[in-house]
Amino acid sequence: MNNIENKGYDRPDVLVSTSWVNDHVSDPKVRIVESNEDVLLYSSGHIPGSVHIDWTMDLNDQLKRDYVSRENFERLLSEKGIANNTTVVFYGDKNNWWACYAFWVFQLFGHNNAKVMDGGRLKWIKENRQITKETPNYPQTKYEAPKRNDRDIRAFREEVLTHIKNKLPLVDVRSPEEYSGQRLHMPDYPNEGALRGGHIPGAESIPWSRAINSEDGSFKNADELKKIYISEKNLNPRDNVIAYCRIGERSSHTWFVLTYLLGFKKVRNYDGSWTEWGNLVGVPVEK
Amino acid sequence: MENSNKEKYPARLKTFLESLNQYTDNSDRINLLIDYAEKFVPVPETIAVKPYAPENKIEYCESGAYAWTIKQPDNTFKFYFDIENPYGISAKATAKILDDTLSGETAENILKVPDDIIYQIFGQSLSMGKNLGLIGLILAIKIDVRKLMNEKENAATDLAKV
Repeated sequence: MNNIENKGYDRPDVLVSTSWVNDHVSDPKVRIVESNEDVLLYSSGHIPGSVHIDWTMDLNDQLKRDYVSRENFERLLSEKGIANNTTVVFYGDKNNWWACYAFWVFQLFGHNNAKVMDGGRLKWIKENRQITKETPNYPQTKYEAPKRNDRDIRAFREEVLTHIKNKLPLVDVRSPEEYSGQRLHMPDYPNEGALRGGHIPGAESIPWSRAINSEDGSFKNADELKKIYISEKNLNPRDNVIAYCRIGERSSHTWFVLTYLLGFKKVRNYDGSWTEWGNLVGVPVEK
Repeated sequence: MENSNKEKYPARLKTFLESLNQYTDNSDRINLLIDYAEKFVPVPETIAVKPYAPENKIEYCESGAYAWTIKQPDNTFKFYFDIENPYGISAKATAKILDDTLSGETAENILKVPDDIIYQIFGQSLSMGKNLGLIGLILAIKIDVRKLMNEKENAATDLAKV
């Protein structure tokens, strides 16, 4: 069941297959964007015609913990040859963690004409499709972004506290060890940047990786996803949900799954996540 | 401050860092690191065969990295690695750099290498997970070296008791 249209998703239009991408590598209306955790991967070989967007250097403000300003986002997209009407297709390593993260940041700036390549880098490579080390150069555009809108899809700590008070659903997408607080740090190894281990009270543990077919990194079909998130974990597409992980990258993957593949109406990514919550003074923690 | 830190590096590591820092263009640095990754050679079968023992697995490295440390007759150490993920490019580069610059060094020289050298190699843009994974390679060989030194000290203590 590889055909995306047959996988039962609420918004199949936001996913494209590797073969679709293969057919559009030279399409001037499409810009393929690789976004990875591994800083060397893009340069070691990428989909022909794809450009690289680095989650740290390109999408994050370099001084405060926040995303780039509207001006810097406009500059970035203009330099990458992305116009306001360009269809942007994201893919990357780690089963599209960073692709979904970049997709999410693009949504903060209202670039709705965006898609994710199902299976990401892993599937492309496994299918022995062409990769190149050649970096493309596209004519600069004059991208114009609206003011960044954090309200709809991004949650902040005060909103998480309100969420807890109102007993609304939270999804912790980290590993079970991180959720339980067992894996804050191990002997002789550094900690993970948080002073306290555990999870936000009331959060359900649903590791992000459950949404993935591990053999090729593609998303599970809608029935399989509903079984996990709705039948097993009792979430409802009408719920007001906040997802979090350690810095917001894995939870943007779950945000993508809930919002576009299952059609949840209000999902926000708490990107402060455990690196913020696990260091905050006085907030409740559950183990 | 930077100079005094560099004095702590074994000679080959210092030379490597100096050559890396000559590149002002980040893409040149990246290409050099990719060259290292492409030259990575996994542990020979004379040292280990798959499936590897879990104690050789490097905690936190999501590229499936394994390390072996051999103490040599001249009291220096030799390191071997394998990276199971064929696309674990940064892990391969790190393993190759550690082998090239620290194999053949004494325990004293190896243990003084700062763990955060990963940032000097890859820059500050590593994710926390990636940073932990790559630092894990350095920590693993330092833990091995300490263990092998302790074994020697314990053996000496046992002999003294006899």
